[in-house]
Formats: sequence, structure tokens, C-alpha cells
Amino acid sequence: MDAPRVREIRSVIARGKRWDVVFAIVGIVCLMIGLLTVAALFVDMAVKGLPRISLEFFTNFPSRRAESAGILSAWVGSTLVMVVTAVTAVPIGAAAGVYLEEYAPRNWMTDVIEINITNLAGVPSIVYGLLALGLFVYQFGLGQSVLAAGLTLALLILPVVIVATREAIRAIPAAMREGSYALGATQWQTVRYHILPYSMPGILTGVIIGLARAIGETAPIITIGALTFIAFLPSPPFQPEPPFLSFEWLFAPFTVMPIQMFNWTSRPEAAFQVNAAAAGFILVLMTLAMNGLAIWLRYRLRRNINW
Amino acid sequence: MTLPAAISKRLATRRGRVLRECAIEFMLFLAASLSVFTTLAIVYILVSESVAFFRHVPVIDFLTDTQWTPLFDDAHFGIMVLVSGTLVSSIVALALAVPMGTIIAIYLSEFSTPGIREFAKPLLELLAGIPTIVYGYFALLFVTPILQWLIPSLPGFNLLSAGLVMGIMIVPTVASLSEDAMRAVPAALREGSYAMGATRLQTALKVVTPAAFSGIAAAYILGISRAVGETMILAVAAGMQPNLTWNPMEPAATITSYIVQVALGDLPHGSIGYQTIFAAGLTLMLITLMFNILGHMLRRRYRESY
Repeated sequence: MDAPRVREIRSVIARGKRWDVVFAIVGIVCLMIGLLTVAALFVDMAVKGLPRISLEFFTNFPSRRAESAGILSAWVGSTLVMVVTAVTAVPIGAAAGVYLEEYAPRNWMTDVIEINITNLAGVPSIVYGLLALGLFVYQFGLGQSVLAAGLTLALLILPVVIVATREAIRAIPAAMREGSYALGATQWQTVRYHILPYSMPGILTGVIIGLARAIGETAPIITIGALTFIAFLPSPPFQPEPPFLSFEWLFAPFTVMPIQMFNWTSRPEAAFQVNAAAAGFILVLMTLAMNGLAIWLRYRLRRNINW
Repeated sequence: MTLPAAISKRLATRRGRVLRECAIEFMLFLAASLSVFTTLAIVYILVSESVAFFRHVPVIDFLTDTQWTPLFDDAHFGIMVLVSGTLVSSIVALALAVPMGTIIAIYLSEFSTPGIREFAKPLLELLAGIPTIVYGYFALLFVTPILQWLIPSLPGFNLLSAGLVMGIMIVPTVASLSEDAMRAVPAALREGSYAMGATRLQTALKVVTPAAFSGIAAAYILGISRAVGETMILAVAAGMQPNLTWNPMEPAATITSYIVQVALGDLPHGSIGYQTIFAAGLTLMLITLMFNILGHMLRRRYRESY
């Protein structure tokens, strides 16, 4: 080949490689913009909110005066709602996952259920709020209660729990089931003593991710009509005299962390926005901790299991 | 008891066992079909309350009126006012999230070292989990002041700041799902492309992206659904006054922030104001559904099988 032609080809190659480098830099820049923006968000909230965080912040009710306002009713409300959500979503989600993986026949009914679960995962959360407002609050007469909110969020995270359960079950080799059947176990005994215990860590991961999402959900809970200013606590679930357990708290009005933060954010006074920063910082720490735990769990599981 | 007798006694309980198995299977089936009931309940609630609403307000007025003042004495119910807010904020968000998410996905899938990928992927998943109310705070009290410094005429509440923060929120979703789709493209395709002398960028853009397009389209559609359905960022940072506008520099209410605004007030059950939020919710569902059907068609059109 003649020299000019070779030079031309070399320059084409060099140009191609130059574009590679340019794109790699653009890629890193985009990744950094994404990460740094969120870092800025976190630092901004920490700088503004950290001085406000003290023991009183956790033990005070919201107040007209920003300096003495706290998040007591909000974190108690969030905890109670999460308990209801977990208690309903975990058994139903795990049961649905087990059914779809171990029992479901290949027919149109199963297809309908599967398509439905995929679609529900894409429904905007505020629509769940409207569903709950029409169904739980008015048709079932639950009112604006902890129970109504917990059930709403349970419906919202059900697809997450179901998908996690199915993935965990799918990872169990067929030999486990065959061994169990060979020993004379029924299908339920196989599920109860083999499938569920082995898939438990995977289900747990899904549950934690789902709850981390539920704890930050604001829109559906506002939609069912949760109050933004609550200066009392629901009656405690444990009583000193028999029958010791009380379920009155299920029907109590409540507020949750994100609603408290929304309330403070939308006030014009700067002092309340400091409170919002502090509440937001705690909320982000909680969700990050839960998600981090789930990612770590999944990572450990992937490494430790050798079938 | 001799052994055969014991065995036949165990087998005699078989009927009870079969019955119990059937009962358990039925209960598990009920749990799985709850998802179908949820969908039916959503459709039922939205449609039945909307039907009551449309008895008062003609559908034509709902679609063509240019004012949205349902709580005033002179009530107007033009949903386009809210739809414009939703569309403008979503377009701003997607104009940021789609290019950024795609570039990050291509970079992570085709350019980065495995070390960076292992580090960045879980981090992106973490970001996707931050509550949206926190992003709302960020939009109102951090991004808006910066934008006002750049554009002094910008009002305190505006769609631009809310849309940009929504975009940042959606980037991890788009990036993570697109990257999964690109990584699922068989290595042989890349190797073929490299063997022909293509560079990394040429391979990424001309071979991997088209091959993974059905998965990337699914990621975009999910991004659109999240943008259209996003509530708290808009309720906090975009102001809640209805405003028929295509200008992102203005404050405006969206379908979702209107629902929040009504829910924060104290409307009696069964009033026309109460019914508007279900009509708004139905509109939101139909918009989401439209994009999902579009996505389904795109996926079928571009599906590649190996």
C-alpha cells in the first residue's frame, strides 16, 4: 500500500479513538453530575439540619414555634404504619410468590396475574392513594387511620415483595424439591420445610427494599387525608392491665415523617425549613440504611451460597 | 402395631392430607389474585367517582375548557390546565434524564472497568431509593435559588426547577435498566463488531444500542411513568396554582399536585370538589396507560432475539 493511503487509514483510526476518549469523559462527567448533585443535596441538608438534631427533636411534638418543634408524633406514626404494612405485605407477597413459582399452572389465569403484577409496579403511587381514599377510608369505613395508611402502603409494595420472592425461589435448584418429594413429602411440606427457609434471605431483601420505599412515600398518605399537625400519640399497643394488648392505635389519626417534612418545607419561615432539613436528613439516613442493608444482604448471599 | 398396619393407618389419613393440600393451594391462589383485585378496585373507584363527576360536568367542557377553578363559585373544569403542567414538567425532566441516563448506561456497560461498574451500580440503586419529598425540599430550597441567580426573573415556584430535580431523580432508573439491557446483548455481537475494526463508541452506538433497544425503550417508558406520576416535588416546588402554560419558567399545578392540594384541605365526601380528584386521577391513569401501550408496541417492533 502506498504511504498516503496508510496515513489516511491511520488518521481514521486515530479519529475513532479520539471519539472513544471523548465519550468516556462525557460518560464520567454525567455519572459525576448525577452523584455530585445528590451529594450536594445530602451535604446541604446535613449542614442546615444537623445543628437542629438533638434528643428534644425526637421527643417533642410539632409546635407553632420552630425551635421547640419535634418529630415525636411523626416517627411514632411512621413506625406504626410500617408495622401494619409489613404484617400485611410480607405474608401475602410471599404467598403470592410461592403460588406463582410452585403451584401456578401454565394457563391464561396465571398470565393475567403476572401481567397485572408487572403493570401494578408502574402505577403512580398517588393512584393508590385515590384507591385507598375511595375503598379503605369510605367504603370500609376505616377513616384516616393508621390501619388505612398501612394497608395502602402494603398494596403499594406488594409487587416488590412478590418479585423478590419469585427470584429467590427460582434460584433454588430442582434437586432440592426432587429430594423432598422422593422422601414422600407433599407439595406443601416441600414448600414449608425447604423452599421457604432457603428463599427467606431473598424475601427479606425484597421486604426491606419495599419498606424503604414505603417509609418515604408521601403522596398516597396525604391523599387518604392524613393530618399534617398531630400533637398527641395513638394509645399504646401494650397495656398494664389485662388483656395487655390493645389495637386502638390502628384506628387513631396519625402523621408520618415525610408529611411532617412536607409541612415544614412548605412554610415560608426559614426556622421551619431548618426543621425540614433535619427531618429530611433523618429520613434519608433511614432509607439509605435500609437500602444499604438490602444490597449488602444480597451481595453476601450471592457469595455464600453454593448449591 | 405391626409395620404394615402402621403404614396402612398413615395412608388412611391420606384424604385429610389431600384436602389440606387443596385448601393451602387455594389460599395461596387467593394471595396471588389479590393483584388482579387491586387493579379492578383501582378501575372501579376511579371510574365510578368519575361517572358521578361527569354527570355534573360535560366531557367536552372537561377536555376543552381553558380554566381550572373547581372550588370557586364560577367553577370551570378544564383538565388541560393541569395536563399542561404535568407535560411541561415531564418534558423538562425527560430532556435531562433520557440523554444523561443513556450516556451513563453506555459508559457503564461498554467503557468502564468492572471496578467502577461494581461501585456505581449499587450507588445508583441507592439514589433511586431517596424519598421524593426530600427531592422536593432540594428543588425548592437549593436548586431554585441557584436558578434565580442565573435567571433573575424566575419566580420562587416554577416548573423548571421541579422538572430538573425530577430528571435527576429519574436518571438512576433509566441508567440502571438500560445498562441491564445492554449487558444482556451477547458478547459475540460486540466481538464481531470489533473484528470488523469498529471502535468502542461505534460498537456501542451502532451494534449494542440497537440490539438492546427494546430494553432501553422499556427503561424510557418507566422513566416517563415516574415523571408523569411524580407528586411531591411538584407539590413543593412548582406552586399549586392552576396555570395553562407551556413555559417552564412559570409556576403551575399538575394533575398530581392538584390531588395533593385538595387532599390537604377538608372537602366533604361526595361533593363535586371531592369527585374532581378522581376525574384527575383517571386522566393520570389514562396518560400512563397510553405511554405503556406505546412502550409495548415499541418493544415488539424492535425486539431482537438471538
